[in-house]
Amino acid sequence: MTSKLIFEKSREGRFATAQAPLESLDALLEGSDLPSEQRRTQPTVLPEVSELEVVRHYTRLSQKNFSIDTHFYPLGSCTMKYNPRACNSLAMLPGFLARHPLGPESHGQGFLECMFELQEMLKSVTGMSGVSLTPMAGAQGELTGVAMIRAYHRNRGDLARNEILVPDAAHGTNPATATMCGCKVVELPTDSEGDVDIDALKAAVGPNTAGIMLTNPSTLGVFERKIKEIAAIVHEAGGLLYYDGANLNAILGKCRPGDMGFDVIHMNLHKTFSTPHGGGGPGSGAVGVAKRLEPFMPIPVVGKNDDGYHWLSEADLPLSIGRLSGFMGNAGVLLRAYIYMRMLGDDGMRRVGEFATLNANYLMARLSDAGFDLAFENRRASHEFIITMKRTAREHHVTAMDIAKALLDEGFHAPTTYFPLLVPECLLIEPTETENKETLDEFVAAMIRIAERAERDAQAIHAAPVTLPVRRLDDVQAARQLDIVWTGSEDAAA
Amino acid sequence: MSEVPGDLVYTQEHEWLRLDDDGSVVIGITEHAQEALGDLVYVELPEVGQSLSSGDGLAVVESVKAASDVYVPIEAEVVGVNEALADAPEKVNEDPYGEGWIARVTPADREALGELMSADAYQEFLDNLDD
Amino acid sequence: MPFIPHTEQDIADMLEAIGADSIDDLFDEIPESLRIDGLDGVPKPMNEMAVTRLMHERAAKDANALSFIGAGAYEHHIPAAVWQLTTRGEFYSAYTPYQAEASQGTLQVIYEFQSMIASMTGMDASNASLYDGASAVAEAALMAVRANRKSKSRRVVFAGGTNRTYQKVAEAIAGTQGLRFEESGFDRKTGRAELSTLVDGDEPPVAVVISQPNFFGCVEAVDELTDAAHAAGALVIAVVNPTALALLKPPGEWGEQGADIVCGEGQPLGVPLSSGGPYFGFMTTRQSFVRQLPGRIVGRTKDLDGKSGFTLTLQAREQHIRRSKATSNICTNQGLMVTAATMYLSLLGEQGLARVAAASHSQTRQLTEALCTVPGVTRRFDAPAFHETVLQLDRPVGPVLEALAERDLLGGLDLSQIYPELGHCLLICATETKTDEDIQRYRDELARVMGASTTLRDAG
Repeated sequence: MTSKLIFEKSREGRFATAQAPLESLDALLEGSDLPSEQRRTQPTVLPEVSELEVVRHYTRLSQKNFSIDTHFYPLGSCTMKYNPRACNSLAMLPGFLARHPLGPESHGQGFLECMFELQEMLKSVTGMSGVSLTPMAGAQGELTGVAMIRAYHRNRGDLARNEILVPDAAHGTNPATATMCGCKVVELPTDSEGDVDIDALKAAVGPNTAGIMLTNPSTLGVFERKIKEIAAIVHEAGGLLYYDGANLNAILGKCRPGDMGFDVIHMNLHKTFSTPHGGGGPGSGAVGVAKRLEPFMPIPVVGKNDDGYHWLSEADLPLSIGRLSGFMGNAGVLLRAYIYMRMLGDDGMRRVGEFATLNANYLMARLSDAGFDLAFENRRASHEFIITMKRTAREHHVTAMDIAKALLDEGFHAPTTYFPLLVPECLLIEPTETENKETLDEFVAAMIRIAERAERDAQAIHAAPVTLPVRRLDDVQAARQLDIVWTGSEDAAA
Repeated sequence: MSEVPGDLVYTQEHEWLRLDDDGSVVIGITEHAQEALGDLVYVELPEVGQSLSSGDGLAVVESVKAASDVYVPIEAEVVGVNEALADAPEKVNEDPYGEGWIARVTPADREALGELMSADAYQEFLDNLDD
Repeated sequence: MPFIPHTEQDIADMLEAIGADSIDDLFDEIPESLRIDGLDGVPKPMNEMAVTRLMHERAAKDANALSFIGAGAYEHHIPAAVWQLTTRGEFYSAYTPYQAEASQGTLQVIYEFQSMIASMTGMDASNASLYDGASAVAEAALMAVRANRKSKSRRVVFAGGTNRTYQKVAEAIAGTQGLRFEESGFDRKTGRAELSTLVDGDEPPVAVVISQPNFFGCVEAVDELTDAAHAAGALVIAVVNPTALALLKPPGEWGEQGADIVCGEGQPLGVPLSSGGPYFGFMTTRQSFVRQLPGRIVGRTKDLDGKSGFTLTLQAREQHIRRSKATSNICTNQGLMVTAATMYLSLLGEQGLARVAAASHSQTRQLTEALCTVPGVTRRFDAPAFHETVLQLDRPVGPVLEALAERDLLGGLDLSQIYPELGHCLLICATETKTDEDIQRYRDELARVMGASTTLRDAG
């Protein structure tokens, strides 16, 4: 397959005529009052191609991707579960697609009812008191959460609380978010069993503590057993608890962040509630809050009264941290999550946590039996677990990255590599509940084959992948000789 | 074992400093630092004339896998930067103590350099890191 | 069990391999007191047939209105191929392309997108997209503070007539970092930003936001505004409608030096209205600021065999490496939306996009003229308009819109909440999707609602 760009297929004068107004440009602009000095004079790079060429070009490009629909994707911390097709087709019904975001509530009762019920269901599965659906991704949900914590303290006149505690194993977004909110980040160490170091926590809290950001189960793939003690310490010190919902899939239907003492959480609907990752978005980062943070929720929120469903905005929530998007967030993603939750229902919701955990523990047991080193061998896996390739790296110079690339040749997407940063040469593996036992067994077999090959022929593993459209790419050249827009040259800068 | 020239002073963050005859100080990162970072793809340089306090960020060195701050361990004003790094950040990898220098500064107090590590002390510091 | 494939035999075999007696045993590290038995707020499961019926009923409630609302989200024809291809599983269910070799499809699409949007805006560099237009403006303001090293100010001025929601969003996202946002004046006669008040105030701003066209649909005198902002030491953030770029001068050519950062709402490029999202924001800039761009960027490079390929680049700036020092906490782009936009732009091409823009412009002029024949309706501003205009009514707009909505006609946006200083004003929009008959229908319905006797036909 060639990797020609769409621009290189362009021929002057060609054009997908069925897709544009039939009148000529001159005819359409007759009598226009657009000032001539404001008119465009330079051409663009937009290609001149037929509809068939476009369809063929992008169909072929799609075939160069791994995806859940084509490959097992045990990508830790990303919850790559099956995205039910009905969620897509029903969210794309014309009545939903055509609705303008500023259309009147009278012409949006169907959509608003779905959103209201989604808010209610999310409250139930998280144990929170209020939900706002507007954050457009996990990172924006985080921003929202920390902003609400900040607003809460300020509203009480407590201006000193400016420090956010973050365990060193946390996702990179956590410290980045705290900084974006004008807060100072205080890192907390993790003990050898993967729990937060309680003594360090006690020493860190004080009158400047705004809150703590935690993921539970943590990014180390284990449940934070002392969560209630942590909650008590932080609350005692006057801080609030923030729950990063990245790993909510592990506990869905089994226990709830609200019951653990969290004051605010964000959910990644594109993980736990199966909306598509789309090659990197759109996501959706709905937030849930305890009672005391409800007045600070981002707007709009959907409310209900005798006349039906309506938006709550500035007038209804004057203390709100404000608006995060031009309209109401990623509505179409929210619809997909709604449909998914209705299909699963209460019973299905509980099984998610159970079978995600069963699959992870099974895969962990099988890999451990096969001789792979677990990062936390005395712990249960949550919905994910970590193996470390430190031994292989030392003995055979085959790194976690090499294993990841070799897995691609075996037809499996690689697990998450080099995260969390605390565990050297790590692979973070999350199978999700939607994979069957046969697939997990095939993955174990592939891992065994790769490990054996690493001992015998490390060079072969270093060369992987060899079966994909390209081999390993030169990241240094990519960053040194930036080629990020096409300007007419045939090829990447030499 | 990475090279540690004897005529420089060092910091725990792996910067080196050299006091020149004219009283100015040249700053760069050590052999050890460039090895740890890997191939550099970009160096964000300070602006000439910038005044910095001890511990301030002087520059950012960026590889494909990491971006690290280069700190200035003394109060100083920037009087020159290595413009060549804009197009050739690899000079830091190839010759960290020579052509890969980052900036030249005028220290507020020359004596402050005396508090930094000597080559021997830095070598010992590195040896302990490896344990 | 929906979407869980395990048989009883599988479960038994797996538990045996683990050495556990039951699935519940796997949760033994969770304190007993935290475990729950059921979920009261979640209804019983539905199968696909039942949920299909439910969703069809819900969607039907929202359908069938003829809409003349714009105000930041625009109804354009979307070629059938766009979403049929975009929802192919290989695009739809792929993750962020961190494993480049297994993601060449998505990566090449993004590279093509970056090329298209950079060229349309007349800039050197583009990122892989941001959440939406409003949040892109917030990110642009933060980027301007990083990029404008000569300015110590944290004051960002929105030229009068810029979408006020964008300013609110910027305040919510960037206000916590000490940025201050202010709006300069707009001319009450032309509807355009006032040059005289643009860089007024207590200190020279770090950046000025200039929109083209502005929220009222007016085409701004961007050259003068850009030069005035630059003269005051500010960077220029251009907020542009991407469809309009087919006809209007790209921001890279504004004034003497061009805009510094360009951003906007990408929705008009093949993304359905869908109640407000998912859309995508785009952002482009000049070469010297490329390392200040937030979000993902795709670059072209070589593989081990010297073959051309694509990869995420400049990742060291991002949150997963730089953590608390990242340029932004953003980790997603709107990959799927960008995939759709890239196909849309390929299908339309320069010629097609220009016709869409010109047809929208032409239909809006026709709509404005038609509605202004209704007594009590006049055009508010006299600057040239792209595809939106503001009408002044002789009475409150709300009840008029409600009466129209009862007849399934959505007549535009009531500006009295957002711009109370303008009185009874209505923002209307027609794109290429509105036929001459649609326009006539709006005119007739409005005439009826406004109580005029000039109605041509009685639909009553």
